[in-house]
Amino acid sequence: MSELRDLAGEPVFGVALTIGAYALALRLNRRWKWMHPLFACTGMLIVLLLVADIPYEDYSKGGEIVSFFLGPTTVALAVPLYKSLLTMRRRLKAIAVGVAAGSVAGLCVSSLVVLAFGGSKELLITLLPKSVTTPIAIELSKQLAGNAPLTGVFTVLTGLLGSMFGPALLRLFGLRSDLTIGAAVGTAAHGIGTGRLARESEAQAGISGFAMSLSGLVMSLLGIPLAIWLPIWLR
Amino acid sequence: MAGIAVLLLYHLLGAALRELLHVPLPGNVLGMLLLTLSLLLGWVKLRWLEESARFLLKHMMLFFAPTIVGVIAYFSDIGRHWMLIAVNLFVSMASVLLVTGWTVRKLSGGEEEAERV
Repeated sequence: MSELRDLAGEPVFGVALTIGAYALALRLNRRWKWMHPLFACTGMLIVLLLVADIPYEDYSKGGEIVSFFLGPTTVALAVPLYKSLLTMRRRLKAIAVGVAAGSVAGLCVSSLVVLAFGGSKELLITLLPKSVTTPIAIELSKQLAGNAPLTGVFTVLTGLLGSMFGPALLRLFGLRSDLTIGAAVGTAAHGIGTGRLARESEAQAGISGFAMSLSGLVMSLLGIPLAIWLPIWLR
Repeated sequence: MAGIAVLLLYHLLGAALRELLHVPLPGNVLGMLLLTLSLLLGWVKLRWLEESARFLLKHMMLFFAPTIVGVIAYFSDIGRHWMLIAVNLFVSMASVLLVTGWTVRKLSGGEEEAERV
């Protein structure tokens, strides 16, 4: 049994487990449309690791290999982005202003919620950068003296929420064009939201990838005044 | 395979650019912007990488799974303030989503106009 335990530390374990759970999650999603594949996949993995008492460090040896492909895949967003740039040239300004307005609204609402609940300053800062792509969010959290790894966790959870409920929420408010869905989901739920759109519509994915990189840029720029102003405001 | 090679090359170029210029964007996002520029300028042909890109993008969500599983390590931190965190995550996600959506719709002259991109 102990030999079998050691197997969990082999990279192939994490890779096989992740891809297996993902393939199963895609099947579940085909049967039940409302079942988000990433939610089902990570849910299965978490339960399995907890039940079998496998340390996260062991799993992540393979997990890191799977995560690596996020790099070239983000670069691959250039393909739908290029295609939509050819058609949406007239809309660039609308998207840019929308992304900036949405990012600022997110910062304000996020702060208000923390204040309303009487949360700590550190928690406020840790929660602020979460709508942008994970590496930028972690970097911003460090700059503002937040808890960077925890910001990473909030960022992926935000992406998952936006990916699960974003398109339905937009439809509820009558927003249903490729342009508005792509821009809104890319800004609110970065790569995880974009990943969901990429399964459904190339046009939406292109705009979403563009909005995601733009919101990363906007937040990085906002990080500079925030770093100066937050310590004064929160003192 | 040529497609994958091109994508990795641009990922590398993006990482190099980040190191050189200290731009506040991750290497993969810079790589995406560089590759888009190269496609627009005709330096890279779409047919070289379209198939590889389609495969990777179709399964983009898979590559996020291990990071999300990492939430396990923070269960106790989250548990202490779970109400605040749950409300915060959902409400701010929804506000970014809707403010962006409404602004884009307004500036592109309404939903029917936006439909015509």
